[in-house]
Amino acid sequence: MKRAAFTHPWMPVLLLIPQLTIIVFFFYWPAVEALRSSFYLQDPFGFGGTFVGLENYFTLFQNKEYLRISLFTVIFTLSVTFFSLAFGLVFAVKADKVLRGASTYKTMLMWVYAVAPPVAGLLGVSLFYQGHGLITQIFALFGYEFVVGVNYKDTAFAMIAVSIWKQVPINFIFFLSGLQSVPRSIREAAMIENGSPFNRFWTITFPLLAPTAFFLLITNITYSLFDTFGVIDVMLRSEPGNNPMTLTYKVYVDGFRGNELGGSSAQSVILMVLVLALTVFQFRLIERRIHYT
Amino acid sequence: MAHVSLKALEKIYPNGYHAVHGTDLEIQDGEFIVLVGPSGCGKSTLLRMIAGLEDITSGDLEIGDRWVNDLDPADRDIAMVFQNYALYPHMTVYNNMAYGLRNRKISKEDIDAAVRGAADMLNLNDYLDRRPSQLSGGQRQRVAMGRAIVREPALFLFDEPLSNLDAKLRNQMRIEIRNLQKKLGTTSVYVTHDQVEAMTMADRIVVLNAGQIEQIGTPAEIYHQPASVFVASFMGAPPMNMLEATLNGAGAIEVAGLGAIGALNSTPYSGPVKVGIRPEKVKLSNRQEGDNQPFIHEFTEELGAARLVHGRLGDMPFVVNLHQEDMIPEGALFASLPVETLHVFEADTGKRVAV
Amino acid sequence: MKSSVTSATNLPKINRRRRLVKWETVIDHSVLILGSALMLFPVLLTIMTSSYDKLAFAKNGLQFGWSDKFIENYNKALFEPSGFSGTIDGMTMLSNSLILGLGFAVGKIVISMMAAYAIVYFRFRFATFSFWIIFTTLLLPLEVRILPSYEVIQSFGLTNTYTGLIVPLIASATGTFFFRQFFRSVPEELVEAARIDGAGPVKFFIDILVPLSKTMIAAMFIIMFVFGWNQYLWPTLITTEEGMFTLVRGIKNIIQSFTDSNAIPEYGVGMALTIITMLPPVLIVVFFQSWFVKGLTESDK
Repeated sequence: MKRAAFTHPWMPVLLLIPQLTIIVFFFYWPAVEALRSSFYLQDPFGFGGTFVGLENYFTLFQNKEYLRISLFTVIFTLSVTFFSLAFGLVFAVKADKVLRGASTYKTMLMWVYAVAPPVAGLLGVSLFYQGHGLITQIFALFGYEFVVGVNYKDTAFAMIAVSIWKQVPINFIFFLSGLQSVPRSIREAAMIENGSPFNRFWTITFPLLAPTAFFLLITNITYSLFDTFGVIDVMLRSEPGNNPMTLTYKVYVDGFRGNELGGSSAQSVILMVLVLALTVFQFRLIERRIHYT
Repeated sequence: MAHVSLKALEKIYPNGYHAVHGTDLEIQDGEFIVLVGPSGCGKSTLLRMIAGLEDITSGDLEIGDRWVNDLDPADRDIAMVFQNYALYPHMTVYNNMAYGLRNRKISKEDIDAAVRGAADMLNLNDYLDRRPSQLSGGQRQRVAMGRAIVREPALFLFDEPLSNLDAKLRNQMRIEIRNLQKKLGTTSVYVTHDQVEAMTMADRIVVLNAGQIEQIGTPAEIYHQPASVFVASFMGAPPMNMLEATLNGAGAIEVAGLGAIGALNSTPYSGPVKVGIRPEKVKLSNRQEGDNQPFIHEFTEELGAARLVHGRLGDMPFVVNLHQEDMIPEGALFASLPVETLHVFEADTGKRVAV
Repeated sequence: MKSSVTSATNLPKINRRRRLVKWETVIDHSVLILGSALMLFPVLLTIMTSSYDKLAFAKNGLQFGWSDKFIENYNKALFEPSGFSGTIDGMTMLSNSLILGLGFAVGKIVISMMAAYAIVYFRFRFATFSFWIIFTTLLLPLEVRILPSYEVIQSFGLTNTYTGLIVPLIASATGTFFFRQFFRSVPEELVEAARIDGAGPVKFFIDILVPLSKTMIAAMFIIMFVFGWNQYLWPTLITTEEGMFTLVRGIKNIIQSFTDSNAIPEYGVGMALTIITMLPPVLIVVFFQSWFVKGLTESDK
C-alpha cells in the first residue's frame, strides 16, 4: 500500500467486487466442493452420496495403478523439468554471447512459447507416427521399432520429448533476461580474476542466475504437472488405455470418463496439497532470496 | 612491479568508430598516471585495452617486459577497480577478495594471510562476513580496492572509481588510494573526468581529447604550461579566460576590441591567437594605468576562501578570482593582465606559442 | 627499457587469443542453429505437408517439399463444414478462438487493474483480507479443481456459452498480482502531485495511472491473449456443441479423425487446420516480442 493513499467510502469495494465475485464462485466454491466430495462416495446416478471419511484416499493409496501413475508423474516431471531447463540455459548462454544474429536466434528460440500444448502434441503425433513418422524412421535406422500408443516406454519417451520441446522457450526467455541483467562490469571483473570461462560461469554467472533458476524450477514442475494435459491428451488420442499418464490426466479420466467422482476429487485434493507445498516452498525461497543490489 | 609501454595503440570499433588514435605512452615503474578528459575522449577505451577487455586494433602493449596484446585479461597480471565496484553480490567480502587468488591455485593459508592483511590496511576487518549489499558506498569502494591489492598485481587500473561517492567521501578516498599506492609502489593507471582528482593524485597526467593525447605532464606542467587551448580550458576551475587577439611578429599583443595589452619578449609568431589568463592571475583596481583594461562588473560568486568576480572585458566574458582578503575596489574597475602570466595559443591549431 | 623493446620485437606476433575466440564462436553458432532448427523443423514439416493431398502423409508421413494442394487444403480447412453435425468449419472455430482470446485478455486486464488499483491506492477496512483472498488463488491452478468448477458452471446453466468459457478462466490473480507490482513501482510523488492538483481517485486512475501503464497493459494483453487462445482442457469440458468449438478444442477432432480407420483421413486439411490454429498467437508473440518478453519477465519480480 502506498503512503499517500485515497480514502473513499465505497470506491474500493466497487473496484474489488468483480474480481471477488469471480473468485468466490469459480475458485473458492469449487475448491471447497472438491475437498468436500473427496470425503463422499458418489452415487453414479447423481442421487447424492454417502460420507465415507478418508476412505477414498485409502482406496487410492492401495490402488496399484494410481501408484504406478504417481511414479510415472515423478519421472515425467523430473525429466521434463531437467531437460527443458538445461536446454533453455545452454541456448540462453550462447545467445547472450554471440554478437551476430543474436536477435534472430532469440526469435527462433522463443516463438514456440505461443504454440498450444495440444498443437505440440499433434506435431508430436506426426513425428512419431507409426511406421513413417520422421523420428520413428530415425529409430528404425537403428533397428528399433518405435510404437507410440502401444509400447509404454515409447509413448512415455514421445510425451516427454514433446513436453520438453514446448517448454524450452520460456526457460530460454527467462535465462536470457537473467543473463542480460548481470552487470557487464561484474563479468569483466571476473574475466580479470579468472582465466577459465567454464569456471567463471559456474562461480559467478550461474550463482547470479540462481533466483531465476529457482523461480523456473517451480514453474517447470507446475508446467509438467498441469499444462502438459493437452500434450498427453492428444498424444494418447484420448484413449488412455494402459498408456503412461500424469496424475492430472488421471483426475480427468476418472472424473469425466469413469464417473468415479469421489476418487477423482480425492486425487484433486492430493494435487492441491502438492501445489500448495510447492508454492509455499517457492515463497519461502523468495523470502530468503538474497537481494543482490 | 612493472613499467608499461603503449606504442601507437589504435582502437577502431567494427562499426568504424575510431576511439583511440595512435597513442604512445611510457609509464615508469611505480608511477601513478591519470588519464583525464571529457566523456567520449577515449580514456576508458584506452584503459580497457590495457586491461584486455577491448581488443587492440593495432600497436603494441607491454606490461613489464611482456608483449601482452593477445593475452587474456586474467593472464596480464593486473587488477582493476571499477566505477560501480563490480563486487560479486553473492559472495562475502572475504570471498570477494579471495576469489582471484583461489583461481591462481594459491594455498589456503596464503590466501587467508593476504585477505586479512588487505582487510587490515583498509579497515575492513569487521565486515569480512558481510555481503556487498550490506555495505555502504565507501565500504564497497574499499572492498574493491582490497580485491585489487590482495593479488599484488604488476599494475592497478582504476576506472573512475570515485564517481559514485559523495563529495566528502570522494576527497577522503582520493587521499587513501594515493597513500596506499605509495605504500605498495604499484604502477597505476587511473581514469577520471574530474580534474581535481587528476591534479591531486597524479605523478603525471595524460590529457585526452577525441581519442588523441593533448598533453602528458606533471600536474604543475599541465597547469602552468598547458600545451593547447583544450588543456588550458579543461584543467582549472574556473577555466582560464580566453581572449581573441593577434600577435604582430614582434611580441606585441592586440586584443580584438581592446587594443594592445602588452608585449611578449621576442616572439616571431604573427597572426591570430588566443590569449589565456588564469582568473587568479588577474588584478583588479580602480585606477587606469599601464595596459589596464576597463572591466565591466556583472556579479560576484562568494566561495568563502575566494570570490569569483564575473564581468566582461570588451565584449568577452571574463572572470577574476580574488582572495578572500582582497576587496573589490569601489567605482569603475580595471583589470591588469601581467604579461608574464599570459598563455598564447595559435588560433587555428590551438597549439601553444612558445614565448 | 631497451631489453623490453627487443624482447617485444622478438616475440612472434601470433594472434593466439583471436584464433581461440573464432573456434568458440563457431561452436556457439552451431549450438544456436541446431536449437533453432529443432524448434522450427516440426512446424516447417507440417506447413509443407499441408500442401500435399491426404495420400502423401498416409504413405510417407511428413513431407519435405511442396505440392499443389496448399490453397485447396486451407480452403477446405477454413470453409468446409465438418464434424459430427457437419456444421462447424474453420472460420467458426477461428471466430470462437478470437472471442475466447480477446474476451479473456480484456476481461482479465480490466478486472485485475481495478482490483490492483483498490489494493494499492486505497486505505479501507478488509484491505489485507481482500489481498489474501485474491492472492490465495495463485496457489491452485484450474486443473486441480476442474471437476467441481465444471459442476458450478453446469449448475448455472453456462455450458456452451461464452460466459462459461471465459469467466472461470479469469478466476486467478496473475493479472492482479502483475498490476499490483507495477503500481507499487510508480513513484509516490505522482499521487501527491495529482492530489495537490485536485485530482480524485477516478481522475488519477484515468488521467495518470492508465496512460502510465500502457506498455504493461500491452504486455499483459499479449500474454493473456495467447493464454486464452491456447486453452484446451476447459473448452473441452465446457463446449459440447460443435458450434462453440475453438480451434485448439478442434485439435481433438483432428486427432480423432486421424485414428478413423474407415477411410484415409484428410491429413492435408488436418495439417492446414493445425497451422491455422498456431499462427495467430505465434505471429503476435513474434511481432510484439519485446513487450511480451518484458511482460513475462517483469511479472516474476
